Amino acid sequence: MTDITLDRLPHVEAASLSYLTEGHTLGSWLLTTDHKRIGVLYALTITFFFFIAGAAISVVRLELVHPHGLFITDEEYNRLFTLHGVIMVWFFLVPSIPTTFGNFLLPLMIGAKDVAFPRLNLMSWYIFVAAGLVTLYALIAGGVDTGWTFYTPLSTFYANGNVIAAAAGVFIAGFSSIATGINFIATTHMLRAPGMTWTRLPLFVWAIYATSVVMVLATPVLAMSLLLIVAERWLGMPIFDPANGGDPLLFQHMFWFYSHPAVYIMILPAMGVASEVLACFARRRVFGYVAMIISLMTIAVIGFMVWGHHMFVAGQSPYANLIFSFLSFIVAVPSAIKVFNWTATLYKGSITLKAPLLYVMSFIGLFTIGGLTGLFLASVPLDIHLHATYFVVAHFHFIMVGGTVSAFFAALHFWWPKITGRMYPDAWARIGAMTTFLGFMVTFLPQFVMGYDGMPRRYHVYPEQFQPYHVISTIGAVILAVAYTLPLFYLTWSLRYGKIAGDNPWHATGLEWKTSSPPPKENFEHTPVVTEEAYFYELEGVEDNGS
Amino acid sequence: MTDASALIREPWEDFARQKEGVSFGFWIFIASEVMFFGGLFFAFAVDRYLHTQAFRIGLQHTDLTYGTINTALLMSSSFFMTAVVRGAPAGLRRTTVFGLAVCAALGVGFLITKGIEYHDDISKGLIPGAGFPLRPDATQLFFGFYWIMTGVHAIHLFVGICLVLLIETLIVLRRLPLQSPTIEIIGLYWHFVDIIWMILFPILYLLGRWP
Repeated sequence: MTDITLDRLPHVEAASLSYLTEGHTLGSWLLTTDHKRIGVLYALTITFFFFIAGAAISVVRLELVHPHGLFITDEEYNRLFTLHGVIMVWFFLVPSIPTTFGNFLLPLMIGAKDVAFPRLNLMSWYIFVAAGLVTLYALIAGGVDTGWTFYTPLSTFYANGNVIAAAAGVFIAGFSSIATGINFIATTHMLRAPGMTWTRLPLFVWAIYATSVVMVLATPVLAMSLLLIVAERWLGMPIFDPANGGDPLLFQHMFWFYSHPAVYIMILPAMGVASEVLACFARRRVFGYVAMIISLMTIAVIGFMVWGHHMFVAGQSPYANLIFSFLSFIVAVPSAIKVFNWTATLYKGSITLKAPLLYVMSFIGLFTIGGLTGLFLASVPLDIHLHATYFVVAHFHFIMVGGTVSAFFAALHFWWPKITGRMYPDAWARIGAMTTFLGFMVTFLPQFVMGYDGMPRRYHVYPEQFQPYHVISTIGAVILAVAYTLPLFYLTWSLRYGKIAGDNPWHATGLEWKTSSPPPKENFEHTPVVTEEAYFYELEGVEDNGS
Repeated sequence: MTDASALIREPWEDFARQKEGVSFGFWIFIASEVMFFGGLFFAFAVDRYLHTQAFRIGLQHTDLTYGTINTALLMSSSFFMTAVVRGAPAGLRRTTVFGLAVCAALGVGFLITKGIEYHDDISKGLIPGAGFPLRPDATQLFFGFYWIMTGVHAIHLFVGICLVLLIETLIVLRRLPLQSPTIEIIGLYWHFVDIIWMILFPILYLLGRWP
């Protein structure tokens, strides 16, 4: 994309023309339809939820230092890990990259002025905030002790607390997800700049597109399963009640029909971020661009057919187990293709180890471990041993935290200069990236071991033989907490004291780097015309590696 | 078509393209709705397969008369909605205003009939729980689905009626031009709600009623 015909805005004017200076009142933010401002609003909101859910699990981890607990009751323990799960999944991980960087970057990357339906976009933020507050209120006042999975009959008959309100909050959040998904799909189809063909799209756009398809098709099934729970708990409709012929396992089928694809809602955007950052800091076109697109879409489609691997020990037929096991192995193939292609992109690249690349490397490493341990769990005989142990907890945290959160931080550091117009201190950011990796490993590696040895998940008290692992894990969590708090300081510092970034501090390709930093409200002065493929790095000199 | 240019909104540059985009976006929403009801139909299919006889007994206690009246009401409304969706872009103001009014009226008629039917059901004690009049127990499961399915459908229809009345008011006040893409998507939504009823009617009133 080197010869994009596009007039850059002069630097002097840029400061007065950016989306940040379009209005300074609170109203100009709360009533904005600018996708960039909505992206920032989302970023602030999910950061709030991230730290709430993080605080909840910090208490749990401290409690687990002692085999019989230290300072909370069983009931409080159950409510805290439920709060952690519900808020992290639906109010941080699912919306994380799409609603923030997707909103901010999608129109910029395809050369559009905004998303297809800007007012719907703002509405979806309000729905999200409302849903978040309802859920948070339900989880804190009264609490819910079902775990984030709301399994029946626990959630319908036995659980105390605000199951209905929490389910309603998650249900409402679904509208926000669906609205965002519709907006992104329509934007990608209808608003690409002249010359921006499907095979010239940056992989981040493809990733957001694939994610949106999953959001639109999977979220409504979760909505229906939550609605059925509420109908049963509140109105006495015996859909999952075995006494009247209902089937509790049916709930698990419907729940995981959403919640397994939801894993791909979390990880596909992360894969998009990894591709963008790697290409930039290796100064190379992403290896196997078309294969990357095909594997993104394949993961999105096959992701819908593997939900049964969550029910290997729940009384599903052995025949179904076999099919689901097979399909779960299949979904590892496109994921592996992506990992190999990222590695091949680095091969013979001209690599600069800046903070975003460090975060992406830790993403690749952690995602690979998470993916490989996923294969253990996809295998029926092993899963019978490992099901509902800390092995599973470690596995999905490697994907969701190691994968998605690392990629979220990579994106934050990569596009921070574009979003704010300022550079952050790279040395601090690199320390943050390495501390995150270290803290993560110390927290979750011991959980594989104790899980394999039989430590069940969600237990408040445990045999003393597991104490060393829990103590190491808690030490790791402390390191992780420091690492996650660190960016709050240096990024905030950079807003005022950071070096002015300029339009393209990394010398990256991509339309978002062709406009000023921060971009003007209308994104581009003239609609850009694209004449080159994505990641056209070969022609650039090796010596001007992004610094 | 005089007021078409006034309808263009950011970020669209061309009205035809915007109209296409709005309609495309709404089709994606309908795909999402299909998955929403799909989950419900899937659950129903599983349980009907497991408890065929109980579901048949349950079904014989729904009221075919009300069901048939409601089917007729909704199908007629679809005819008028088609007239609106075809007539509005052609500038046929009276057809549009009249058609929307009839749609809303037929929709309200459906909800009133449904309300009377619910009243009858309640007086027959057909609510799952202690003292349910039918045997075996899985008939309660059938009626669980009956209440949830018709209830969720009625909520959708209620939303549809509100939207129809809203755009009717805007058109009468000349605040919404006839060329607006909004009219087409109201039509899409209305037909979608009809089609859901076309699935509910056979599975709740007809399937296995006559052995």
